[in-house]
Amino acid sequence: MHDFDWSSIPGALPFLWDGMKISLVITLQAVVVGIVWGTLLAMMRLSSIKALSWFAAGYVNLFRAVPLVMVLLWFFLIVPEFVGQLFNIPKGTDMRLSSAMAGFALFEAAYYSEIIRAGIQSVSKGQMAAASALGMTYGQSMRLVVLPQAFRNMVPLLLTQAIILFQDTSLVYVSALADFFGAAYKVGDRDGRLVELLLFAGAVYFVICFSASQIVKRLQKKYHPA
Amino acid sequence: MGYQWNWGVFFQPSATGDDTYLGWMFAGFKMTIGLSLSAWVIALLLGALVGVLRTVPNKLLAGIATAYVELFRNIPLLVQLFIWYFVLPELLPESLGNAFKQSHPVLQQFFASMVCLGLFTSARVAEQVRSGINSLPKGQKNAGLALGFTLPQTYRFVMLPMAFRLVVPPLTSEFLNIFKNSAVCSTIGLLELAAQGRQLVDYTAQPYESFIAVTLAYIAINVVVMTLMHKFERRIAVPGYIGGK
Amino acid sequence: MIKIANVSKNYGDFKVLTDCTTSVSKGEVIVVCGPSGSGKSTLIKCVNGLEPFQAGEIIVDGTSVGDPKTNLSKLRARVGMVFQNFELFPHMSITQNLAIAQVKVLGRKQDEAMDKGLKLLDRVGLKAQANKFPGQLSGGQQQRVAIARALAMDPICMLFDEPTSALDPEMVNEVLDVMTELAQEGMTMMCVTHEMGFARRVANRVIFMDHGRIVEDDEKEAFFANPRSERAQQFLAKILHH
Ligand SMILES: Nc1ncnc2c1ncn2[C@@H]1O[C@H](COP(=O)(O)OP(=O)(O)O)[C@@H](O)[C@H]1O
Ligand SMILES: [Mg+2]
Repeated sequence: MHDFDWSSIPGALPFLWDGMKISLVITLQAVVVGIVWGTLLAMMRLSSIKALSWFAAGYVNLFRAVPLVMVLLWFFLIVPEFVGQLFNIPKGTDMRLSSAMAGFALFEAAYYSEIIRAGIQSVSKGQMAAASALGMTYGQSMRLVVLPQAFRNMVPLLLTQAIILFQDTSLVYVSALADFFGAAYKVGDRDGRLVELLLFAGAVYFVICFSASQIVKRLQKKYHPA
Repeated sequence: MGYQWNWGVFFQPSATGDDTYLGWMFAGFKMTIGLSLSAWVIALLLGALVGVLRTVPNKLLAGIATAYVELFRNIPLLVQLFIWYFVLPELLPESLGNAFKQSHPVLQQFFASMVCLGLFTSARVAEQVRSGINSLPKGQKNAGLALGFTLPQTYRFVMLPMAFRLVVPPLTSEFLNIFKNSAVCSTIGLLELAAQGRQLVDYTAQPYESFIAVTLAYIAINVVVMTLMHKFERRIAVPGYIGGK
Repeated sequence: MIKIANVSKNYGDFKVLTDCTTSVSKGEVIVVCGPSGSGKSTLIKCVNGLEPFQAGEIIVDGTSVGDPKTNLSKLRARVGMVFQNFELFPHMSITQNLAIAQVKVLGRKQDEAMDKGLKLLDRVGLKAQANKFPGQLSGGQQQRVAIARALAMDPICMLFDEPTSALDPEMVNEVLDVMTELAQEGMTMMCVTHEMGFARRVANRVIFMDHGRIVEDDEKEAFFANPRSERAQQFLAKILHH
């Protein structure tokens, strides 16, 4: 049986906290970009202009067919070089974080767009008709009538997706970034205390995600009493 | 751009000489399929059981099932995988832990990956099964009981067959997820599709071809699974209900 | 046959049933009516143990329903029940719906159960639909199948919970006709329904419920001639205007 020794953790807390900040930053920007880009994709998908609708469908289906790990590998190994050549960025510039963030946001936007599309469709067609009957343009009806209602209904789903996203950020491990999980792994590896650090990381993720999901559940009860 | 495309690279003998690079990819493909399917069996069996338990009147059983789901849903897959692979062997009784560590490395990686993916997915399957059962009209359970079925019989003959049909579409998406999530197992060195892709980049210096090929392989898996599941959905559709004729 | 004595039930603080007492003798037909939410469904579900109750006693054919030692499945197999929303099993054909409980609960042979099911199906006028699925029948047809399904168990009595209130008006009578026939054959029945014409024709007694209490429990003639409580009078007046 293993002899537990948790003594490497206290000293490593500042380093782990730096990692957590990276995880949170990636999560936050991916949520924001994901929702904005996802909304645009959803509206394109529902638009009557065939080319837009096909583009959005292709984009969403492509990203949803490919593992996140694969997307991150693309953005770790291939995209930086490509972009570097394209814009003449000097070789050796560290683009790992920005590249990983871009990969994340583009990937998550595909998932957000599906949530948002369903949300828009669930706001009844009648609302769109009523807005048009009042003389609003398509854009006005969307912005003033449909989207506000759709987003109110979707808040719990969007937050749940954010929790999943936060968990997914651990996968930036494949781009050798020191996010919270990467940091924990490094400390454990350095001190020969991988068992303790991995369990610690698991516990931290659990506490954060479990609490967050309970809060979402409360919100859901408050806004959509069954 | 000065990139030299060379799709012929797949037919060149690999660096280790005993295979072509296409052979490497195919080996990774087989590993991804084998791993995902075996993990799916675990996920379905455990997920169905846990999902049903979440709906039973017994508070203790339902509570245990809920705790199970929350545990596996709130820890990232990668962390779970590392815990299965690096931590669990240390926590097992010495003889068992050593037996694991002395087994073939590929076997260790495969076993940890299969258990990890299986349990992770089972929690998600359980959620779908639970919501399928809960979305049945409440009267169905009463109707079964009123005919004299016991509670287990009511589940077996009345609720589960219908819940199962409701749950197939969301389970299709979990089934697709398990193939995608299996790519996470490349992080512990299991040579599945994504890992082979990475290896190809290192060995062939043809990163574009390698990654495009691997990405296409994942898309192909996706398309095949979706097609099969749609056929399946049509076969089990109930006449007179949505999805039926 | 059915004896309900001082039954009370609550969900938390909310009292659904308060001190309900009544009985149904063999061959009797009782109609239970009252405003929505008054506890009619709850009362009738207590009779076959689908709802537990906190106080009082219900005895069905000599068996105490509330007794934890009672094998409820066995009891329910002998008490037929028909629901507002039919509750046929959508994934089974009509014949399977009729046969499954006979086979799995009563242990009858499959072909014996099929024969019995087909006979009852003929009786409710639906032999032609035997191989269809519930989703392919109209509401009235589904409800008649549901009655046949309950009868297939050779019940000692039948419970009906608003069997016609989910039906389009033109289908109500086909179901009431089947129920009337049953009553005339001497089946013991406890029917929650607002079909006062049916009550007048076949009921022996009428029970009126309000706020979880049995407010009125009268011979049919007395009930319709002059209901004692004001609530029942109002209720009857309202029903006429529907
Ligand atoms: N599971 C439950 N939890 C709390 N209250 C309930 C539940 N089921 C029924 N009730 C309440 O009990 C009352 C009686 O319901 P019910 O017996 O269905 O009335 P009826 O059939 O006469 O319309 C209603 O006020 C209803 O809201
Ligand atoms: Mg009712």
